[in-house]
Amino acid sequence: MSSLEHHGTYTPTSGIGKWIDARMPLPRLMYDSFVAYPVPRNLNYAYTFGGILSLMLVAQILTGVVLAMHYTSDTGLAFTSVENIMRDVNHGWLLRYMHANGASFFFFAVYLHIFRGMYYGSYKAPRELLWILGCIIYLLMMATGFMGYVLPWGQMSFWGATVITGFFTAFPVIGDPIQQFLLGGYAVDNATLNRFFSLHYLLPFMIAGVVVLHVWALHVTGQTNPTGIEVKSKTDTVAFTPYATVKDSFAMMVFFAIFAYFIFYLPNYLGHPDNYTEANALVTPAHIVPEWYFLPFYAILRGITFNIGPIDSKLGGVLAMFGSIAVLFVLPWLDTSKVRSADYRPWYKLFFWIFVADAIFLGWLGSKPAEGVYTSLAQIATAYYFIFFLIILPVLGLIEKPRRLPNSITEAVLERNRASGAQQVTGSAAASPENRG
Amino acid sequence: MKNIIAMIGAAAVALTLSVPGAFAAEEMAAQPTHFPMEEPVEQDWSFAGPFGKYDKGQLQRGLKVYTEVCSACHSLKRVAFRNLEELGYSEEQVKSFAAQYDIEDGPNADGEMFTRPGLPADHFPGPYANEEQAKAANNGAVPPDFSLIAKARGVERGFPQFIFDIFTQYQQGGPDYIHALLTGFGQEPPAHLAVPEGLHYNPYFGAGVALAMAQPLYGEDVTYDDGTPSTLDQEARDVAAFLMWAAEPSLAERKEMGFRVMIFLVVFSIFLYIAKKQVWSRVEH
Repeated sequence: MSSLEHHGTYTPTSGIGKWIDARMPLPRLMYDSFVAYPVPRNLNYAYTFGGILSLMLVAQILTGVVLAMHYTSDTGLAFTSVENIMRDVNHGWLLRYMHANGASFFFFAVYLHIFRGMYYGSYKAPRELLWILGCIIYLLMMATGFMGYVLPWGQMSFWGATVITGFFTAFPVIGDPIQQFLLGGYAVDNATLNRFFSLHYLLPFMIAGVVVLHVWALHVTGQTNPTGIEVKSKTDTVAFTPYATVKDSFAMMVFFAIFAYFIFYLPNYLGHPDNYTEANALVTPAHIVPEWYFLPFYAILRGITFNIGPIDSKLGGVLAMFGSIAVLFVLPWLDTSKVRSADYRPWYKLFFWIFVADAIFLGWLGSKPAEGVYTSLAQIATAYYFIFFLIILPVLGLIEKPRRLPNSITEAVLERNRASGAQQVTGSAAASPENRG
Repeated sequence: MKNIIAMIGAAAVALTLSVPGAFAAEEMAAQPTHFPMEEPVEQDWSFAGPFGKYDKGQLQRGLKVYTEVCSACHSLKRVAFRNLEELGYSEEQVKSFAAQYDIEDGPNADGEMFTRPGLPADHFPGPYANEEQAKAANNGAVPPDFSLIAKARGVERGFPQFIFDIFTQYQQGGPDYIHALLTGFGQEPPAHLAVPEGLHYNPYFGAGVALAMAQPLYGEDVTYDDGTPSTLDQEARDVAAFLMWAAEPSLAERKEMGFRVMIFLVVFSIFLYIAKKQVWSRVEH
């Protein structure tokens, strides 16, 4: 535990170290943030996705910058330039498969990261801004992912862009001007491709900027942990290095092994065959489906098939879809419970897992044609999505009786280890022997 | 974390299993709306699986089927003659193969376009000068380019098949589809089915009950240089493998590299796990 005492006590030993520290203490910032920074000692592997996501962002930017050296954002050349990357650029196939599958794995990791935040109530005071910054990153990721999918200029690129920019026409009066502004014309064409390429290159750096704010906010409030109790003493924490560093590295390497499995053995599993056909404005694919990570929202969009007063079904669908993301931003104020972790909220835990299943189910429905029973199922699933946020969360916090919370992280750890008997209990902070429940 | 993953999995299985059976019945009646009407039969391919690589003899046979039959209507514009060395041909063989083709070049010093024999750096020339000509020659339907066809076709894999595909590394939907389509002509359409005039019924076609292309292969369409009997099944299989190579020439290199990368990542993960165990043994957690 002696390593903890280094926190905030960076002492440069070398001459050049002291010289830099007096002028611009960047090494001190790095040391305090990534070496001495105290993290709760009871973090599980669900807490490793933040590090994984930072690495995925770096990987996407690196592969993307090299791909951009070989890519041509002209409707007549874009598809061919991507094929040249696949066939004639040295290891171009590897770069492109890394980048395309990297987007999917980036989203996979971010969904697990978001679900972890929801399960352990990470969004609650004083971490509301931290959560909102995360939502902004997610929104930027969606914009980046969507525009990146347009760049290869395949059939799904073109028709996906047509459908998604078409959402904006649902808004009265301002809808059409917005769509024309986004497209740079009346239809998806060369102007659209060029601006999407430009923005696809810009947005990841904006993401990186918001990530810095996200990490800053995290380091002000400190991390949550599976108990949801704030850190109270030094025994509740361990130093970031080596504890979190080695654990995050292990999780990253396992994540990368799964990522590599897809790159090398299933590179087109997550893609759509139609995107290997060059974009053709005269031929509409039988089913226009977005990338898998947008499917739940696509199902919500198509689930609204009825008019609500003056709102027609198209506008209703678009509002429901935007609403399903907007609701995440106000989540900290919708959840009225004082207890953070679902481990101590039996009813919330149940509804949370139904929500996870509901989101996956919506994703599956999004990949199905919007007809027959699929539409009804999408409506039921959409209803639960909103009921969970707008009714269950506010009401549950008022009526649910949470389990007894431990007094501290240390107590929780020692109690659990004593109960399981897996590890020897040492130290003086012995807790009362009664069970958590 | 194990619990979390298990619960996500269990929930997904429970929800999705309950759905498809419930309304399969109502889809059976009347004209089909879901294509293909019959799923392709999965074939054995030398390039399947983690150690898959192309069978060069098969690719050479497939090239012969393409050049002698398919190339009459279908272009292969993204493949260069030099790429054929990957099929096991020597540089000299590729040169003489390319020289059989007439390539339009120019303009020369007089400003005139001219025709010269093909070079290894040239790409396969297409059968038509432009799309309009292709349309005019084929009743308004443009025969698609074949460079990427093996990746641009594939039949949707329903639940739970798409889960199993992750573990079986199934990426052969394109060649399976091509093989099924080429061997699926000549069947009598079911009586209730309306086949549009001028189209050809094929239950394996992915976009309708029938397609514009007439049966292209019957068996005995080519004479293989290696003595393999040119049955319809053999020809369809060989040309499907050839088209997979044309669409994904880096497949073998990718899988070889993948094996090395996977070994590295797994071994490094084990080392990190041991290090993690050791570091965390100092503190209860």
